[in-house]
Amino acid sequence: MSPLILAYLALASALASGVLALGADRYPVLLRYGSSLLLGACGVFAVLAGAWALIDEAPTTDLLALGLPWLKWHLRLDPLSGFFFAVVGLLVFAISLFAPGYLREYIHPKNRQALSALGLFTGLFVLGMLLVLLADDAFVFMISWELMSVSSYFLVAYQHQHAANRRAAFLYLLMAHIGGLAILLGFGVLAGFGGGFTFGAMRAAELSATWASIAFALAFFGFGMKAGMVPVHAWLPEAHPVAPSHISALMSGVMLKVAIYGLIRVTYDLIGDIQWQWGLVLLIIGSTSTLLGVLYAMLRNNLKRLLAYSSIENIGIILSGLGLSMIFIGTGHKILGVIGLIAALYHVLSHALFKGLLFLGAGAIAHATHEYDLNNLGGLIRRMPQTAVFFLIGAMSISGIPLLNGFVSEWLTFQTALQAPVLASGVLRSIIPAAAAVLALSAALAAACFVKVYGVAFLGVARSRHAARAREVDAGMRAAMGLLAALCLLFGIFPSTVISIIDAIPNLLLGAGPPSATAQGWLWLTPISPKTASFSAPLVLLGILIFALIAWLLLRKRTVDVRRGHAWDCGFGSLNSRMQYTGTAFSMPIQRIFAPVWDLKEEIEETRHAAQPLQTEGVRHQLQALDRSWSRVYEPIGHFVLVAARRIGLIQTGSIHTYLAYSFFTLILLLWVVT
Amino acid sequence: MIDWINWLLALAQTLLFIAMAPFLLGWIKRVKCHMQNRAAPSLWQPYRDLGKLFRKHVVLAEQASWIFRATPYVVFGATVLCAALVPLVAVDLPTAAIADVIVLVAFFSLARFFTALAGMDIGTAFGGMGSSRDMMIGALAEPVLLMAVFTMAMTASTTNISEATTYTLNSGLVLRPSYIFAMLGLLMVAVAETGRVPVDNPATHLELTMVHEAMILEYSGRHLALIEWAGQIKLMIYMVLVANVFFPWGIATALAPNDLAVGFVAIAAKLVLLGVVLVVWETIMAKMRLFRVPQFLGFAFLLSLLGMLTHVVLETGG
Amino acid sequence: MEFTQLSLYDQAILLLAAIVLFTSFIMLAQPRIVPLIHAFAWQGVLLAVTTALVAYVTDHPHLYISAGMTLALKALLIPWMLHRLAVRLNIHRDIEAVRYPSMTLLAGASLVVFSYYVAIPIVQFSELVTRNAIAISIAVILLGMLLMITRKKAISQVIGFMSIENGLFFSAMVSTFGMPMVVELGVAFDVLVAAVLFGVFFFQMRESIDSLDVDRLNRLREVDE
Repeated sequence: MSPLILAYLALASALASGVLALGADRYPVLLRYGSSLLLGACGVFAVLAGAWALIDEAPTTDLLALGLPWLKWHLRLDPLSGFFFAVVGLLVFAISLFAPGYLREYIHPKNRQALSALGLFTGLFVLGMLLVLLADDAFVFMISWELMSVSSYFLVAYQHQHAANRRAAFLYLLMAHIGGLAILLGFGVLAGFGGGFTFGAMRAAELSATWASIAFALAFFGFGMKAGMVPVHAWLPEAHPVAPSHISALMSGVMLKVAIYGLIRVTYDLIGDIQWQWGLVLLIIGSTSTLLGVLYAMLRNNLKRLLAYSSIENIGIILSGLGLSMIFIGTGHKILGVIGLIAALYHVLSHALFKGLLFLGAGAIAHATHEYDLNNLGGLIRRMPQTAVFFLIGAMSISGIPLLNGFVSEWLTFQTALQAPVLASGVLRSIIPAAAAVLALSAALAAACFVKVYGVAFLGVARSRHAARAREVDAGMRAAMGLLAALCLLFGIFPSTVISIIDAIPNLLLGAGPPSATAQGWLWLTPISPKTASFSAPLVLLGILIFALIAWLLLRKRTVDVRRGHAWDCGFGSLNSRMQYTGTAFSMPIQRIFAPVWDLKEEIEETRHAAQPLQTEGVRHQLQALDRSWSRVYEPIGHFVLVAARRIGLIQTGSIHTYLAYSFFTLILLLWVVT
Repeated sequence: MIDWINWLLALAQTLLFIAMAPFLLGWIKRVKCHMQNRAAPSLWQPYRDLGKLFRKHVVLAEQASWIFRATPYVVFGATVLCAALVPLVAVDLPTAAIADVIVLVAFFSLARFFTALAGMDIGTAFGGMGSSRDMMIGALAEPVLLMAVFTMAMTASTTNISEATTYTLNSGLVLRPSYIFAMLGLLMVAVAETGRVPVDNPATHLELTMVHEAMILEYSGRHLALIEWAGQIKLMIYMVLVANVFFPWGIATALAPNDLAVGFVAIAAKLVLLGVVLVVWETIMAKMRLFRVPQFLGFAFLLSLLGMLTHVVLETGG
Repeated sequence: MEFTQLSLYDQAILLLAAIVLFTSFIMLAQPRIVPLIHAFAWQGVLLAVTTALVAYVTDHPHLYISAGMTLALKALLIPWMLHRLAVRLNIHRDIEAVRYPSMTLLAGASLVVFSYYVAIPIVQFSELVTRNAIAISIAVILLGMLLMITRKKAISQVIGFMSIENGLFFSAMVSTFGMPMVVELGVAFDVLVAAVLFGVFFFQMRESIDSLDVDRLNRLREVDE
């Protein structure tokens, strides 16, 4: 038995879950329990297969006689794909716990929707993602890539009653295909030099520096588009939020990671000879994505859209880590490159966990209150105490607060950046710390952003009737969030253990592991050397617990001496929920400082008292903060394409003779070129 | 055996740190009063204030959730932990290794995260206002802080505070342009982060200007005492960082009683001096409008960026 | 050479060079006229001190004369003239809004990196202790140009121009320990004459277009839109 068998079992369960759901329109229970159970099994198998491949380190390959007779499917499970397999599996498992409770709303007789479609495409979507990770030739890779894209298109378009959702889905499909095209061309370059479409042949190919750069640029563009890097990100915050929440969790949590997998696979494994200039491009685009992603997230009040923008930020962090790694590898500092790669991989894991958790939390809020707008929420910590705890862990983790997994990856990225003095080029030595400062700014802005989310949604007083009557979600949904929250904590406190497992990946790709990261045992994390930097999360946890405990023990008197009273109202009488800071108000200082980033449209309407014109009766404030990439990137390109299409449209005459003449001349031309 | 003594010493140093923090604030207040021709309170006044608050009953707002009650402990725990990481009297204590300066910055952001949440928890405009403003200031201060730290870390090739102090100590008097810029940047951030004039005024209760005070407006009794104390410790951490990383002379490198005594006297003298500098600065500066703060921090960022650039250009080039 | 192996004097020279760069940034960030003139004066003082220190360390007595000249002209005389001009033109309380101050400063910082990149080949051929400051001097020149680009008021542009001259002088000093005395005297005289001419020009400009805003100069174009 090999890990591949387990992987096949995972694939089969995903497929079976999709197929089983076909009967869900008649028997909803099939979807809620049958399909979810199979998805859960898929998740477990995937985690097991991935973990096995990671620990075993030796790649296992297989040849399946599927598809066209002379094109067998090359499959391979090595530590890199194993790692991503496990990440996908973890989240799929959590989803399977979450889905039964969450889907109850969808089978409600009043707004019943096509359940079979949801179940089928969920299954196919998971299948597609897993198959991409297993692919060992360009054909399987592209087929499963398209399977993933197309099935997720149907999931985005699932609630197609709203025109906005249809538009988002179309945009998503369009961008996915432009990206897919670039990836295909990238593979074409590699295959042209390698003489075959298997990854083995591509690995053996000897590329000139220019062609390698072209292949890299194509792959980077394609995968980056799917991962949502700035400036080609605008489809992501449109598409991800409109799918059902657990699907959003999968899309933001792991589908973006599959794109990162593709980038790592093509760059580190297939191309191999990494040039530092690529790393610089990645670092610059990565840090731009980080900053713009979090700034755009900051001004959103739709929770799911905010989370989608924050995914762009996190992809930026991952790209920055990879960029640092490539700069170091390209300049001959392989060991430091390894640390950068590990930082990026750790963030892949972290982001999958906390973004999954937060999307599930958003789903739980939506399930309990039917509200997505933050400004209609409030006070949920009393109505949904457990969800509140889990969401808090997610919010802290994404803000890079220590002792949670988000911090570990950020810390590793900073440590990598701080090794810049070893580089010979002074320009790189100054750009890298500047990029690190951008990361620090983004991390702090992310903390502000999630204080806003948590403060407005969970704390304070309910701002709407729905929020005031919210009820805690059911056990399955809480279990899913609890699992992810526990993992966030676990991976934050024991980073060395995780790193000692994932160092199989740099061993495979670069032939070197981090020599000293975990040399001091599970207690210590010392990426470069103990003298340079050390961090011991367990000891820190112990310290903080001891101090907090002492303080609490000393001060814990009788609970009698705690009195409840009104909050300070400046002596004006009772406070109400509308006096609280809203999400818009909270982000206003930051909006004002970084104003050039958005296309801002602000309208303030004051209504005056009829008799006394100096007295204001009401104020209406409307703020629209648009993503600049629309006006700066998308609309010009769209306009250009339309104009170009109109020009080309001139050759469309409608006369069949002209068309025949076109074919004729093309044939002549081709014959002439061939001879 | 030796190991045990080291850990005990580290613990003692942390306790000393916590115990000295109110005294430092008392000193600053006293000097400030003298400078402004006011009658000065006793040096022990901050201790009395804390003691009074600890004895008082706690009044909680009706809407307060557990976040509000947990925050003082989280803030205090995180701040004390940071204090444990900073070498006060001696370097090379074992606590210094458990986390580096990046973790220290992150722990400050943990404290800020919870304070801001506690501000939002009550559901009043004050709390939200304070949280929003404090997160803005924090977001702008963090890159400056890390940039200054990076400059130091790139020179000393370590992010461990104790190691960096040792490095400065061993290289003797070196006029590093980068250190001077980084120190100025760090000082400006310290002013912003600890809520001092001109960014925030710890003595104000005027709605339009409050930042930190607005967030903790609803706290009372021991909760307030913990938060105030944590604030004092934080101020002292910044001052000790500046004093020991940039001017480490006098700090004990061996754990002999004599060295420790010298180290104590040295840090006390440095803090007294820095306190006077802070007071002079606060007296000659006027409190800024909130939207001038970004410019203030932008300038601090420029300073630390220049620190990094001069490090690259002048100190390693050629 | 490691920074720690330099003598304290050499370190002080480099430190002063860094502070000269810093004054350039101060000028870039300063929107008010009078403090801008003061910053310029301080740059002159620092330049003079640096020159004197270089003269002392490297034993080049003629640099003392340059230092004295710098102090007299750029730290005292020209700032004084500019200040008097500002008062007489009644613009000394003006504030000149820079549109994106932080973007300007970041652009300035990237110019420093750029000048470092440009200076690498020169630095490699130099044996002087001050060679690392060459990049700084180029940066001072470029920052002076940036100041001229971002400002609208003629007086700020004059300061930008003078600051460019400071950079040129500084680069001559750190790369070859100063230009020949004749050249230096000539340049100093030129600068002085320029300052006087600018003063006359300001008055003329205000007479004819009633503003010191150089954007208004585009009215003088012959082609109408």
